Amino acid sequence: MSENATPRKALLEVDDVTIRFGGLTALDSVSFDIKEGEILGLIGPNGAGKTTCFNVMTGVYQATSGHVRFDGTVLRKLKRHKITKLGMARTFQNIRLFKSMTVLDNVMVGADAHSKVSFFDALFRTPRHRRTEAEALARAKDLLKIVGITARHDELAANLSYGDQRRLEIARAMATGPKLLCLDEPAAGFNPAEKQRLMQLIRRVRDEGYTVLLIEHDMRLVMGVTDRIVVLEFGKKIAEGTPAEIRDNPAVIAAYLGVDEDDAS
Amino acid sequence: MMAGMGSISARWDRVVDRYNAQPKIVKILWVTLLLVIAYAMPLLRPPIITTNSIDFGTVMFRVIAFALVALGLNIVIGYAGLLDLGYVGFYAVGAYTTAVLTVEHGSWPFFLALPLAIVVTMISGVILGAPTLRVRGDYLAIVTLGFGEIIRISVNNIEWVGAAAGIKNIPHPTGIGAKPEPPFKQGGLFEIPRLEWNGLVPSFDTEHKSAFLAFGSRDAVPYYWLILTVLILVLIGDRLVKASRVGRAWEATREDEDAAELMGVPTFKYKLMAFALGASIGGLSGSFYASSQAGYINPQSFPLLLSMLFVAAVIVGGSGNRWGAIAGGALVAYLPERFRDFADYRLLVFGLALTVLAVWRPEGLLPPRQTRRAKAAEAEIDALEEGDLEETPNV
Amino acid sequence: MDFGALFGSFDNFASFTMGGLVFGAIYALIALGYTMVYGVLQLINFAHSEVFMYGTFAVAWTFVLLHGTGDANWSLGKALPILLVALVAAMLASAAIALVLERVAYRPLINKNAPKLIALISAIGASFALSEAMGLRDRFAKWLGVDDNLANYVSPKKARDVYTNPVTIEPHKLFEVGGYNVTDVDLVIVLAALVMMFALDQFVRRTRFGRGIRAVAQDPESAALMGVNSTRVVQVTFLIGGLMAGVAATLYMMKIGATRQSAGFLLGVKAFTAAVMGGIGNLRGALLGGLVLGVMESWGAAIWGNEWRDVVAFILLVLILLVRPSGLLGEALGKARA
Repeated sequence: MSENATPRKALLEVDDVTIRFGGLTALDSVSFDIKEGEILGLIGPNGAGKTTCFNVMTGVYQATSGHVRFDGTVLRKLKRHKITKLGMARTFQNIRLFKSMTVLDNVMVGADAHSKVSFFDALFRTPRHRRTEAEALARAKDLLKIVGITARHDELAANLSYGDQRRLEIARAMATGPKLLCLDEPAAGFNPAEKQRLMQLIRRVRDEGYTVLLIEHDMRLVMGVTDRIVVLEFGKKIAEGTPAEIRDNPAVIAAYLGVDEDDAS
Repeated sequence: MMAGMGSISARWDRVVDRYNAQPKIVKILWVTLLLVIAYAMPLLRPPIITTNSIDFGTVMFRVIAFALVALGLNIVIGYAGLLDLGYVGFYAVGAYTTAVLTVEHGSWPFFLALPLAIVVTMISGVILGAPTLRVRGDYLAIVTLGFGEIIRISVNNIEWVGAAAGIKNIPHPTGIGAKPEPPFKQGGLFEIPRLEWNGLVPSFDTEHKSAFLAFGSRDAVPYYWLILTVLILVLIGDRLVKASRVGRAWEATREDEDAAELMGVPTFKYKLMAFALGASIGGLSGSFYASSQAGYINPQSFPLLLSMLFVAAVIVGGSGNRWGAIAGGALVAYLPERFRDFADYRLLVFGLALTVLAVWRPEGLLPPRQTRRAKAAEAEIDALEEGDLEETPNV
Repeated sequence: MDFGALFGSFDNFASFTMGGLVFGAIYALIALGYTMVYGVLQLINFAHSEVFMYGTFAVAWTFVLLHGTGDANWSLGKALPILLVALVAAMLASAAIALVLERVAYRPLINKNAPKLIALISAIGASFALSEAMGLRDRFAKWLGVDDNLANYVSPKKARDVYTNPVTIEPHKLFEVGGYNVTDVDLVIVLAALVMMFALDQFVRRTRFGRGIRAVAQDPESAALMGVNSTRVVQVTFLIGGLMAGVAATLYMMKIGATRQSAGFLLGVKAFTAAVMGGIGNLRGALLGGLVLGVMESWGAAIWGNEWRDVVAFILLVLILLVRPSGLLGEALGKARA
């Protein structure tokens, strides 16, 4: 954790963001940032506003007031595929792979995100097509190796085990070449051994140079892998700090840990 | 019945696997052999397959024209997952553009009118697709259905395109060699006789020869050669595009549009591309239809029914599999011609077949390989799970 | 293009508008079938047009059965007894077809959770089969050896052609609105449509079954957990759609007096347009959409000529999707608007 001592540039800044849906305030003046190269955990009990927060960070929702800056520019409501181009990628809480495509093709779709290959490039097999395709293939194979499902590259995504499907989701998101990788409850439905492997994978992803935002329910996982944690409750930020600080924070214990400790095991 | 169909696809898989295992030279030989047979088909006139009551060359032209259309529609329905029920509209736009340019309001040669017909259909595809592809997929079905009808009603009512009488004397494509001089000289570089079968004994029929390569009004075979060549070219293009970023984007969009968007696929753009591309292949086919042997089109040539037949062709063949689509298109064109007595019932049978197929075998006769593998794997997993359940009491 | 034909005088304008409303009422009743099924299953019941078409034949056959084949011109009052029998026959026929459709073409797919596209294809197939079965009824009768007995019903040699109701219902002018003679037939059509709409609206809003329908429309899984029998709800939805199509068929035969095996298609597409226009899944939207479509179409026919009537309807559909894809009143059978 010594790296944390050196000040780093904020990649994503959430600045005093409030979101209201009709009369309901889903987020109330929330501010925090994610620094380059760190793993930030965003936690909170169900209904705390994690998903809303996630959606405003990825440009799906527009903040009622306040704003989100990504890599220096203020995010507005964007076409969803443009968000990927900006350098943000995500996985889905309920796995959403392209089920009747092969594992490799799933990752290739991600790798295509920045491709400039056009219909005519493909039709006439231009040098650009060949070059881009070769690069994408190499990249996809690398990523499959990183997440550890190389052996299954020719399978259909639907045929993978649950854990491998989660891994494939991470590989697919990484393939889009993001500056920030957002993992939405990646450990849902995992047993402890699988969680252990997932923690290793997340660290490995960070070591590859990605910044990671981890939205997670499982306290042990979050405590074990993140550099910093932001805690939300009822749409407000109630705490922010290192795992150690969060563990001892009375507000967090009251709001969250006491409730969750039972099902965390 | 399901088992029977299952074995069709299993057999097809085995054929493909065996082909892929061959050394390159053998592969080339096989392809060449198939090509020769394909080109010679209307001359070989094999017994049983040959239609007796109607010229076999004409039937074969129709078969390939339908296969071409099905191939185009397969991009829209099979790859991108968009149900287009008005495909005949694009077919008509292509045919009418060609007819207008070559005879009704101009005298362009066919091969100059053809590219413009393709462009015009593509534009009409974009105009129709842009507003509708943004809304839910199932609306597209109805809007395209409406489009097909609008086109038919419009050409029926607009004098400028000949109204109900249609357009006659559409010029034929330019051939190679001497020009045909009706009624006796077929022209071309040389003539090829066709086979006549007496039972299983073939003999040359020197009365009916096909000219290479002149397009007249007596013989459909040169048109067949032309459209078969086009089909092969489109097939190659289809293969190249499918195995690229574009094909992957289509598939991803079909599988899960939201996820595809978030992986950086501009789904609307790709849906529109598939739609317009499919349209232009329909237009291409229509253009060849207009300039074919009869050289005549009218609004009745483009009934809504044809759209339904095209869709049936793709679905029956197994949406997403190009060979399945070609086979479906060929069957849809061929069966009613071969079994003419049955013609009155063909729609009834089509309707029933469509429903039965949808209910019993949602993935079509020859679904894309991957779907079948997925099914097989699912069945395996199911079997394993059941096995587990049986074992549980012993534990 | 002749805008004068429509806007030249108030009389013309009123007359085209009134004429459009009468057809619009029929569209609205058919649109109900689309909108209810879509609301509950999110599927386009493509074969609903045939449900309607069988209703129209039921009406004509009832007249042949009870009156014979001699052509006659009757007033509405004189035709009323047979017309009521015909109404019941049409409602039964249409409802039966709708239920068969649900059972054969939809339920197996719903149970398998098949993609929507497949359900649509299944429905298209069923639509063709139903329409063709009607067009080939002479052949079937022949096979069964009953072609002589049923000659009046199967109309051999021209089973695919127009089949006319032997009794033409002669409309009588009741009063005049801006040059348009409002007849008893028109009035009955519009009133019947409104009454059926109102009754259905109340049914969905107030009864236990209506609640079930709304619950399934909103969230089938939760509804199932709460003990709603969703298969039954789907069946009732098809049944209601069929009954309404039967009413529409009777009204249509009163106004037009003839039908054919392909009569359903165009009306079906228009009714679907009406449903989308009003906001699919929305019952009141179907009424509004039907009336608006009927009027627009009538105006379009006045301006561009009658041969363009159908084109106006389709172009309207595309425009609506472009400008307001969720329809005039918004979608949702499940939501409060029901």
